[in-house]
Amino acid sequence: MSGVASAAGGKTLAGYNFAYLDEQTKRMIRSAILTAVAIPGHQIPFGSREMPLPYGWGTGGIQVTASIIGADDTLKVIDQGADDTTNAVSIRRFFSKTAGVRTTESTREATIIQTRHRIPEAPLAEGQILVYQVPIPEPLRWLEPREVETRKMHALSEYGPMHVQLYEQIATFGRIAATYDYPVMVHGRYLMRPSPIPKFDNPKMDRNPALQLFGAGREKRIYAVPPYTSVKSLDFDDHPFSVESWEHCCGLCGAGASYLDEIVIDDKGGRMFVCSDTDFCTQRQAQGFRGPLNSEAAE
Amino acid sequence: MSMPREESLLEVRDLGKYFGRTVGCESVSFDLWPGEVLGVVGESGSGKSTLLKCLSAQTAPDRGIVRYRLRDEDLCDVHALSEARQRMLMRTDWGIVHQNPRDGLRFGISAGANVGERLIAVGARHYGNIRTEVTDWLQRVEMEQSRMDDLPGTFSGGMQQRLQIARNLVTQPRLVFMDEPTSGLDVSVQARLLDLIRTLVGTLRIACIVVTHDLGVVRLLTHRLMVMRGGRVVEQGLTDQVLDDPQHPYTQLLVSSILPV
Ligand SMILES: [Zn+2]
Repeated sequence: MSGVASAAGGKTLAGYNFAYLDEQTKRMIRSAILTAVAIPGHQIPFGSREMPLPYGWGTGGIQVTASIIGADDTLKVIDQGADDTTNAVSIRRFFSKTAGVRTTESTREATIIQTRHRIPEAPLAEGQILVYQVPIPEPLRWLEPREVETRKMHALSEYGPMHVQLYEQIATFGRIAATYDYPVMVHGRYLMRPSPIPKFDNPKMDRNPALQLFGAGREKRIYAVPPYTSVKSLDFDDHPFSVESWEHCCGLCGAGASYLDEIVIDDKGGRMFVCSDTDFCTQRQAQGFRGPLNSEAAE
Repeated sequence: MSMPREESLLEVRDLGKYFGRTVGCESVSFDLWPGEVLGVVGESGSGKSTLLKCLSAQTAPDRGIVRYRLRDEDLCDVHALSEARQRMLMRTDWGIVHQNPRDGLRFGISAGANVGERLIAVGARHYGNIRTEVTDWLQRVEMEQSRMDDLPGTFSGGMQQRLQIARNLVTQPRLVFMDEPTSGLDVSVQARLLDLIRTLVGTLRIACIVVTHDLGVVRLLTHRLMVMRGGRVVEQGLTDQVLDDPQHPYTQLLVSSILPV
């Protein structure tokens, strides 16, 4: 967090402080982050600032990243697993202009990874920080619109209503139908929304060596999962939590245990399944792994 | 040989609640025994609703004390309990049947989930078992099992009250507060609902405090009766005695006004 010093380096955009936010705002956000780390899964209010990007573009995540990033950090930004979407490119460009930091598409090289809707497939390590963009932080909001009441429910650990939602899904669909933003208990105490990641990624949150930070810009909330913290997905004894699986492996790299997206490959309705995590897929192909639809590319 | 003496479930002493200079209720004292159904009758403004709120820990009284006997414990001062324990009590050992089903049910979740929520709140985590118990309770309040996944808003007023009762009784509470449970319903629906309440409460030996302006409800449901006026209890005793031989002039007036001409 050597923001001021590095801003003097001259590589960043003229007229702006290092990483765009002023130092006072950063201190305020860092203070919220520290509180969040001290109370895993608990939502901490913070004075969200206007950012030069519209809400829904991850202004909460951007403010968290801006507050923790230093000149020697290496930033990776992913959107639905991909590094090359408009959203990911814009955020990466924003920090490369305002903070002059190195950016990367490699999960392993990054010190900070800002993400929307995915956790990278490659295991994270101690010292890395995963910053989630959160649209709606309150897991109990669907049932209880009153903020005072949801705060009380958190304070008293009254989390029955969340299981009521799962009950309703089983009654309607015969199984727990939630596939993303699947609710979790953090450190056995606080109910938390993991942001709209697929439930496939939920097990990765559990006892992860990296620090996980969550920023909700519009709702002005920050929460955190410190390294090696227990994160358990809610379920019923007779309907245990399980993740998605696919009959196919990745068409490009042959991975059999990654989260797959279905994509249309021609105008005749041809389809293939490929890793949603593009860096993971590329790295595997570079190591010589090939999927069933990638034989030509291999030659 | 001596019969084991039963202990009171609720002890109320000198309870008072004021709104500025206006008396909400004042100098209310009584004991309630396990399985006993107490009626509180009076016109609107008599203080009966304020009393119910104070008794059920929804409002803090300005004076007096409400003691409740927790399971396996001594009497505790209800208003001195932490909010967490009060809320736990309301979800487990107590029930509240509201006059307006909107106050007592969640309209955004199914009928079955309304009943299941109380079980989940006390730790039930087996879907199949919850489902079985919910089905059982819907049968006991004579609701169609085929409609358990429908939203409360799709039911008639009488069915919504049955649902409220099932939601409250599923955790086998020992004390249920009822606030005008049958008002606003058709007479025939009312009669069937009262019959159901009387049967369930009797079979399960649940103590009840029923607040109403309807002496018909009181006659059918309650063992003992308190008549309130201007925030004070003007007469209390066994229900049949009070209704058949009222002593206080106000009670006499109240009773005579419902007598068939
Ligand atoms: Zn792949």
